[in-house]
Amino acid sequence: MSRVIEMARLMQGNEAVAEGALAAGVRFFAGYPITPSTEIAEIMAERLPRLGGKFIQMEDEIASIAAIIGASLAGVKSITATSGPGFSLMQENIGFAAMAEVPIVIVNVQRSGPSTGMPTAPAQGDVMQSRWGTHGDHPVIVLSPSSVREAYDLAVRSVNLAEKYRVPVVLLMDEVIGHLREKVVLPSPGELEVVNRVEPDVGPEKYLPFGAGDQGVPPMANFGSGYRYHVTGLVHDPKGLPTNNPVVAEKLIKRLQNKIDLNLDDIMIDTGKNLEDAEIVVLAYGATARSALQAVKDARKEGIKAGLYRPAVLWPFPQQKVGALAENARAVLVPEMNLGQYRLEVERVAGERTRVVGVNRVHGELITPEEILAALREVHKHDARS
Amino acid sequence: MGERNELRLSGTGGQGLILAGIIIADAAIRDGKNSIQSQSYGPEARGGASRSEVIIGDEDIDYPKVNKPDVLLVMSQEACDKFAADIEQGGVMIVDTTYVHTLPEINGAVVYKIPISMTAKEEIGKEIVANVVALGAIARITGVVSREALTEALLARIPKGTEELNRKALEAGWALAETVLH
Repeated sequence: MSRVIEMARLMQGNEAVAEGALAAGVRFFAGYPITPSTEIAEIMAERLPRLGGKFIQMEDEIASIAAIIGASLAGVKSITATSGPGFSLMQENIGFAAMAEVPIVIVNVQRSGPSTGMPTAPAQGDVMQSRWGTHGDHPVIVLSPSSVREAYDLAVRSVNLAEKYRVPVVLLMDEVIGHLREKVVLPSPGELEVVNRVEPDVGPEKYLPFGAGDQGVPPMANFGSGYRYHVTGLVHDPKGLPTNNPVVAEKLIKRLQNKIDLNLDDIMIDTGKNLEDAEIVVLAYGATARSALQAVKDARKEGIKAGLYRPAVLWPFPQQKVGALAENARAVLVPEMNLGQYRLEVERVAGERTRVVGVNRVHGELITPEEILAALREVHKHDARS
Repeated sequence: MGERNELRLSGTGGQGLILAGIIIADAAIRDGKNSIQSQSYGPEARGGASRSEVIIGDEDIDYPKVNKPDVLLVMSQEACDKFAADIEQGGVMIVDTTYVHTLPEINGAVVYKIPISMTAKEEIGKEIVANVVALGAIARITGVVSREALTEALLARIPKGTEELNRKALEAGWALAETVLH
């Protein structure tokens, strides 16, 4: 038996997230267990103490995110996991982490909403909330895996991006991928890139906690390491002290956003299938992309030139790529388990150049390949007529 | 195209069907195949409809759900009523007669009626292992996973100290299937 087969194992999406986070160096988890993310908390509760880490079950999700912000400030890579109702409660402190530049990762395994919705049913209704749930212009990176192995990889990547850019990162899963079990072979620890935050190279007396370096990301001194500084959600100067100075304010808010906007090449990841000659592009993410891939393969058998574009980073929006695809495609089909949240963004970028069509379901079950194929046929027929 | 099997195990929450699906998927990997397991269940800890789906094949599995199972296990009347019509032509339907009393007309599939839960309760002494009895019966009737891989996968996923109980349950399921195969 080959080594690869020996190492292949059946793993659940949520389990892969927990293992990925641990491999990336996460040693603190605070959370309030909620379906369909509960397995992440269960596994972290068991694994973290053995690795010298800490797990705390908090009284609610507001406290959970507050706890991981505190732990991260103290120098420990930190993560929490939740679903829609808990994600809503976390919004205020996501803004705080963005403003105070505290690296944290929030896993949101989406279930049907709004409110408590259908706890065990999948949805993709938090796509816009993950970008704009907290108030004010703010940086955030949102990743969305479509397989168990990718859940592992993106968990590692989420932690790395949070540390590198000092931003909150949302790992936006859905119930299907969270609970899916499939065959995976995990990378050996040496294969993984693990990023740690940049620490100051000057002494405490010269340290400017919010004085930006080359990438616009200030070096981060861990609390308890001899550096004393002020951390606030108020607009602040490079020393961290609150100010209403318009020049300082504009500079800060733009720098926070520029950490993302000036590093898109490093942040964005996506995949494609049959895009080279695609006349109809299906743009899908998360579990929906699996149905879309099947539909694209089936459409090709019928002579419909379909291709799949799958962003693994949802935010920042893959503006350039979608714009380029729109140049050559007669239509872009966007299947989602919501009423068209991401489609609106695709329309913003591609709408003047091509037709953008949604396939939307909010009944708590995964969109099927047949539903997407039917829409592909419809678009194909429409194009043939016109 | 390689060979592909799509299984749906259905019944009531608490019968252990999700675990049963996980064990079959695990066994398939031990057999050197590709597999995927997904589930659909209600918010209740016990009761409510529950189903666990497994796809086994040699190739990549894109869409992870099962629309037309070629192996269908029904362990409650509700599951039987809901899913009997979904079965693929030429498929196999395994019915737990302990809880399923009325069977709709099934065309184009072979139906095996066996008292799975009652066997667990009366032969093994614990109804809680009905899911493992079902596993033995599925493996014997369909051959989707090998007996060796299934035993390994089972022993890897049960609480310590319950090995004997589970082994016996698996054997009971195997033997139960023999009674309807001959």
